[in-house]
Amino acid sequence: MSWETVIGLEVHVQLLTESKIFSATPTRYGASPNTQAGLIDLGYPGVLPVLNRRAVELAVRFGLAIGATVSRRSVFARKNYFYPDLPKGYQISQYDQPIVQGGALEIPLPEGIVKRVGITRAHLEEDAGKSVHDRFPEASGIDLNRAGTPLLEIVSEPDLRSPTQAVAYLKALHTLVRYLAISDGNLQEGSFRCDANLSVRPTGETRLGIRSEIKNLNSFRFVEQALRYEADRQVQLLEAGGQVVQETRLYDPDRRETRPLRSKEEAHDYRYFPDPDLLPLVLEETFIDEVRSALPELPTAKRERFQSAYGLGAYDAAVLTQSRDLADYYESAHRAGAPDSKLLANWILGEVLAKLNRDHLEIDQVPVPASMLALLLVRIADGTLSGPLAKTVFETLWAGEGSVDEIIDARGLRQVSDTGALEQVIEDTIAAHATQWTEYCAGRDKLLGFFVGQVMQATQGRANPQTLNALIQKRRERSG
Amino acid sequence: MKLRSRVPELVAATARETRSALEYYRERIRVLNPRLNAFITPVDPQAHPATGAPGTRRLAGLPIAHKDLFVTRGIPTTCGSRMLAGFVPPYDACVVERLDLAGCTLIGKTNMDEFAMGSSNETSAFGPVRNPWNLERVPGGSSGGSAAAVAAGLVPVATGTDTGGSIRQPAALCGITGIKPSYGRVSRFGMIAFASSMDQAGVLARSAEDAAWVLREMAGHDPRDSTSVGLPVPDYVAALTRGVRGLRIGIVQNFFDEGLWPAVADRIREALSVLEAAGAQLIDITLPHLSLSVPVYYVLAPAECSSNLARYDGIRYGHRARDPVDLTDLYCRSRSEGFGAEVQRRILIGTYVLSHGYYDAYYLKAQRVRRLIRNDFLKAFESVDLLAGPTTPTPAFRLGEKTADPLTMYLNDIYTIGVNLAGLPALSVPAGLVEGLPVGLQLIGRDFDEETLFAAAADFQGRTDWHRAEPPGFEEGSG
Repeated sequence: MSWETVIGLEVHVQLLTESKIFSATPTRYGASPNTQAGLIDLGYPGVLPVLNRRAVELAVRFGLAIGATVSRRSVFARKNYFYPDLPKGYQISQYDQPIVQGGALEIPLPEGIVKRVGITRAHLEEDAGKSVHDRFPEASGIDLNRAGTPLLEIVSEPDLRSPTQAVAYLKALHTLVRYLAISDGNLQEGSFRCDANLSVRPTGETRLGIRSEIKNLNSFRFVEQALRYEADRQVQLLEAGGQVVQETRLYDPDRRETRPLRSKEEAHDYRYFPDPDLLPLVLEETFIDEVRSALPELPTAKRERFQSAYGLGAYDAAVLTQSRDLADYYESAHRAGAPDSKLLANWILGEVLAKLNRDHLEIDQVPVPASMLALLLVRIADGTLSGPLAKTVFETLWAGEGSVDEIIDARGLRQVSDTGALEQVIEDTIAAHATQWTEYCAGRDKLLGFFVGQVMQATQGRANPQTLNALIQKRRERSG
Repeated sequence: MKLRSRVPELVAATARETRSALEYYRERIRVLNPRLNAFITPVDPQAHPATGAPGTRRLAGLPIAHKDLFVTRGIPTTCGSRMLAGFVPPYDACVVERLDLAGCTLIGKTNMDEFAMGSSNETSAFGPVRNPWNLERVPGGSSGGSAAAVAAGLVPVATGTDTGGSIRQPAALCGITGIKPSYGRVSRFGMIAFASSMDQAGVLARSAEDAAWVLREMAGHDPRDSTSVGLPVPDYVAALTRGVRGLRIGIVQNFFDEGLWPAVADRIREALSVLEAAGAQLIDITLPHLSLSVPVYYVLAPAECSSNLARYDGIRYGHRARDPVDLTDLYCRSRSEGFGAEVQRRILIGTYVLSHGYYDAYYLKAQRVRRLIRNDFLKAFESVDLLAGPTTPTPAFRLGEKTADPLTMYLNDIYTIGVNLAGLPALSVPAGLVEGLPVGLQLIGRDFDEETLFAAAADFQGRTDWHRAEPPGFEEGSG
């Protein structure tokens, strides 16, 4: 029997706010434990939450970007459970009236098709703190710096059909939230966390199978590994005549397996109810309009525009628009006068990305400004530099040693296109290699490369290859 | 003379007189409090200096006591619970801050039912408060310490909180004036929460005039409390002289039911005729859903409290059980040891009504009925300016009389609870004695119309002497 995997994802995105969602405490990452936890975050007696306007704005931005319904009225609810890193004994979240409902995300699949993945909802909530179990031999520590950090929990429909699709969805979502500047999307720092619901069913079946929820998926690689393992486990279980149990499972990346965390019976009864400390969140049209008018161009639209406006292929456009900063870099260079949009794309996708990768840099840390790259390409177009010479100049620019023209002049890299100068070198070369020249004149065309190489060597690679080719061939005609 | 000094007299005194008044009250606390147990923590006047910019100073030198539910910077705040014994907050409640800035001098934190859950002050972990009118009787609750302290002349004014009647009921049983403002009028920031959608801070005082002077400083928007309203605060002191002439007062017929003692009903009818003689028009009003107040309240208030009190887990502050074997043991024992029986009962009820499968039947249904109750009030206020009736069905009952039967205890708040569910302002003024014990007349106003309450109460007190009656044994010079 063949099986179909059904996956839905819940992604917690940490919102890029200065302060926490219900207090004025800063949200800076990496501070020493419990130094970014004020009385409100600590759940002191008598304190009250006050909603962060910026967090609402970012959630609305997301909702508009995925074509969702932005709720004019949403409600914060308390999710009640006891845990040492949950200071109030409840988490303020949204339950039956979330701020964002519906919408969809289009994800590019490897086969070149675009899949539309439904988004059920996205809601605002506060993060909990962190329990530290490996720091003290006899006790657990609690770090409440993270408590109260604003999160947007984005819940997808069970529309994904394979671990590969799940990863494609996550990557598209990751790109989108960074495009929208609602999150830094930093996976290592926990700004983008994923839980997955997975079930399997016989191909053709329309009802959903019993699902398990998998937690602790903190990299795209782990998501793929964990989902593959879990799908296999469920299929094996069913094929052996067993039953999947609805439960929460934890992924162990070291052993590459999922393990039960708690069963449905042990599941918490969170006793959700509207938080009486917070009034329903009512959004006015003017507020939503302001957020809408400030929306940046979205990845799909940008990709299409890169294809139509710059004549780029689908692949190049997709890679260049994967991050807003990279796309901006391309467009800045273009505006700065880079002459050939296709050549510019090749340079960025080739040289620039390779060097960023080599030096472990992000595009916003690129040492060669877009305007410099543009000038470099101008120098190729106007014949000053050959392709290989340009790469040498680029390397020097990357190291921060001057401007394009300074480097060309200082290191004598200017391409020699002056026919007189080149003819002299050609004559010297013919004199030194008379035998080969005779053979070449006799019709051994392959030797053209030999002579070009010799002249290049003599000019330290500065000879304009086109000019050189033409001159050598003309010289043979005269000899012949 | 000093005992009967009005707030405007106290705040107009010379510095020397202020010092002597302060000493006078501190001495009365020292001598008389042991009979009443009205204070959990007496406070040295130097112990809590105001910080920040000087405020209005309109209450300069006024000695005040705060219910031990308002957090006070550097001064123990227990909320009447073993759970918070020894807890010293690092910050002030908004109410405390504003009264500090107005120039009040904090002289003590008053006893109360544990976490404000109770109607007799018997659930306090620090022992019951006694009613100064009869030491074998309860003072009411949960602001019983504040009420007893003001009634016995240990302090001229005190703050309280009212979630289901916790200011008005003890004010009535102790023969003083108590106002619960509209929900949202006074910031809840720094008020230890019981039921957040109903909790509201107010004043217990000897007269409507004194209460108006104090509430004027407490009220007003606070950005730290999202449920506090942005409305301007009217001058309540100016409202005192408006009088009741021309006001339409609705007599809530439902309040005069079989549970009401006939003698109490007589005092209330007498009080209403005083208002009528002063020019008010009395109109009979029925609130159809009011009888559902008690059941609705005892679903919603426990639901909110079960969540509000979850933070007392023994982890960060408050009582922690010794030598826990694991996390569950730490939670269970810390909370079992830290909370008294009534608080535990309400946490259990609240947890139950919010549970999966019961939420719709209890919590959601109660919320719907709450709306019906509020609509009854709103409809009534289309034809009247105030509503009136008794504050409690009986005068103060005996200590221990109702502790064995929570339902009977809950019924003591039958006339006050509806007001909290509707979020309206209400006050209780002394309306005479029954068997030597005070009873209170309750007046209920429109949303944010505390002014009319003060106007009517001040007019009534200008025509009656009940608010000047002193409990035997606590007169001037006692102790």
